[in-house]
Amino acid sequence: MSGILIVAEHEGGSFKKSATELLGKATQLAAALGTSVSAVVLGDAPAADLGKYGATTVYQVGGDFSSYDPAAMTDALAAAIAQAQPDVVLAPASYAGKDAIPRLAARLDTGMATECTDLRAEGGAVVGRRPLFAGKLYGDVKISGKPAIFTVRANSFSQPAAGGGAASVVAVAAEAKALTKVLERKAPSSTVADLTEADRIVSGGRSLKTAGDFDAVIRPLAASIGATVGASRAAVDAGMAHHNEQVGQTGKTVNPTLYIAMGISGAIQHLAGMRTSKVIVAVNKDPEAPIFEHATYGLVADLFEVAPKLQAAFEKALS
Amino acid sequence: MKVGLCAKVTADTDARLKASADGSSFEVNGKVVVGPYDAFAVEEAIKTKEKFKCEVVSFTVGGGDDVVAQLRGTVLALGADKAVVVSDPALAGTDSLGVARTLAAAIKKEGCDVVFCGKQAIDDDNVQVPAMVAELLGWAQVSRIVELEIEGTDFKATRSMDGGVREVVAGSLPAVFTAERGLNTPRYPKLPAVIAAKKKPLETPDLAALGLSGGDVAAKAVTTAYGAPPERPKGRKLEGDVDTMVSELVRLLREEVKVL
Ligand SMILES: Cc1cc2nc3c(=O)[nH]c(=O)nc-3n(C[C@H](O)[C@H](O)[C@H](O)COP(=O)(O)OP(=O)(O)OC[C@H]3O[C@@H](n4cnc5c(N)ncnc54)[C@H](O)[C@@H]3O)c2cc1C
Repeated sequence: MSGILIVAEHEGGSFKKSATELLGKATQLAAALGTSVSAVVLGDAPAADLGKYGATTVYQVGGDFSSYDPAAMTDALAAAIAQAQPDVVLAPASYAGKDAIPRLAARLDTGMATECTDLRAEGGAVVGRRPLFAGKLYGDVKISGKPAIFTVRANSFSQPAAGGGAASVVAVAAEAKALTKVLERKAPSSTVADLTEADRIVSGGRSLKTAGDFDAVIRPLAASIGATVGASRAAVDAGMAHHNEQVGQTGKTVNPTLYIAMGISGAIQHLAGMRTSKVIVAVNKDPEAPIFEHATYGLVADLFEVAPKLQAAFEKALS
Repeated sequence: MKVGLCAKVTADTDARLKASADGSSFEVNGKVVVGPYDAFAVEEAIKTKEKFKCEVVSFTVGGGDDVVAQLRGTVLALGADKAVVVSDPALAGTDSLGVARTLAAAIKKEGCDVVFCGKQAIDDDNVQVPAMVAELLGWAQVSRIVELEIEGTDFKATRSMDGGVREVVAGSLPAVFTAERGLNTPRYPKLPAVIAAKKKPLETPDLAALGLSGGDVAAKAVTTAYGAPPERPKGRKLEGDVDTMVSELVRLLREEVKVL
């Protein structure tokens, strides 16, 4: 083995949660495989800091990557990989991880596994376990090309504690050629985490009936625990919540620590998007609702009665 | 201008899945459909055809009679002029890169200027093929688009990224676009068109006809050990009136599972 390389994403110089999460897992895998961990960083970020989480070397590709293009990112990563010669590459299953990483795999003529929820060392290699059919089936992916590339679903592994010293930083020069140009970026004003990265989610379903009730009941309840708002497709189709907020097979796949489903029946397509949540709370007035089969804690009750009381209890508990 | 689209026929979202006892294979119970995201790609291809008065060719890797019937009943009935279904025994165990290599060769042979795909197929959920096709062809790619304008050979596309971020990006054809929900509203095929589609050309080249060999599509990523999703610990319903349930829930979240 000549090591595990992780793709450390950052936004304006601050590393994303995925960077440390991947370093934590890579460190465990490297210990089992008797190899070392390195990272690749595109553009300006405090690369040496990644040493605190187990990276011995950080390959830093110079240039301005603040504007994203998958071809340019592929050029940059390919240059870093040519220098690092890793056997394994781990990347987050973020937008870029799903857009540029497959392009990279094709460039390097190797295989990849998308959105793994577990990784293990076996027979001197890394094996990825991942959901298929929106999580109704799981399978192990083994890769014979070099490097073996795995993208990882957010929150699949715990965050490592900071230790260690600074990593040595190797500057990489790459000719990164963008094939598209970003004209405009529209970011939502909210400060809560994206659904796909959120640690807590409160979702509402058709039962909310109007956008007014959704806004009055679900959003403040979510805000009381700093959760991101989600919705069933029925709620989105009825105009109560935005497309971006849909959880499920044709919406976002989420993996929070806590998922609270308010008046959601638990259709197979909704479950597909949230079934890996660590703790699921369901509030539904129908005791037979399928969501209860998956809920850690179920409350058979009217959500309009539960929501304000729960919000008050959360506010009190967290004050 | 020639428009390409990649369509995969997959199990529908309500299909039931069961792994075999030894995990070497799995069984799908349910009907097959052209994937929901591919349906947005089909609609965008037809809209592009209407604007440019050009030809639309659909590309699929592998497939039996059910796949051909689906393609005729949807993609061809909706307005694609021809379907190419690459069929070769060597494709049986291939991976995303093998599929992408096959599609890229077929797309190149047809001489397309733009290719539409769904953002992902809903069976293996790999989200790999479109980007790989773009790379193999040396084209630009814009994934998860919700808006698209093509003028001449220039395009402006809006992509939906993580965290609700949207970016408007510009570039030039040729390019691969992947469709996100919201890009358009797919129309339904009309009966006369479904009947007429039965006579539309559908080609089934093998790999050799595309200048490829079995070795070109040999899998580098292999899936094994199929199984059910990880078991969730059994949950429970809380008892009592709403006030009791709410305070018990908050206690459990803090003390039992420690997530608050
Ligand atoms: C191709 C396809 C893709 C799909 N993709 C998705 C997807 O990505 N995400 C998704 O969510 N769905 C998806 N669906 C739709 C899915 O099948 C369901 O229709 C949808 O999830 C139902 O949403 P819901 O639970 O809000 O509504 P319903 O199923 O109508 O459930 C409402 C629930 O609220 C309960 N309720 C009503 N009033 C109250 C009250 N006052 N207090 C407490 N409980 C109450 C009811 O008992 C019921 O269980 C898809 C469907 C298809 C065919």
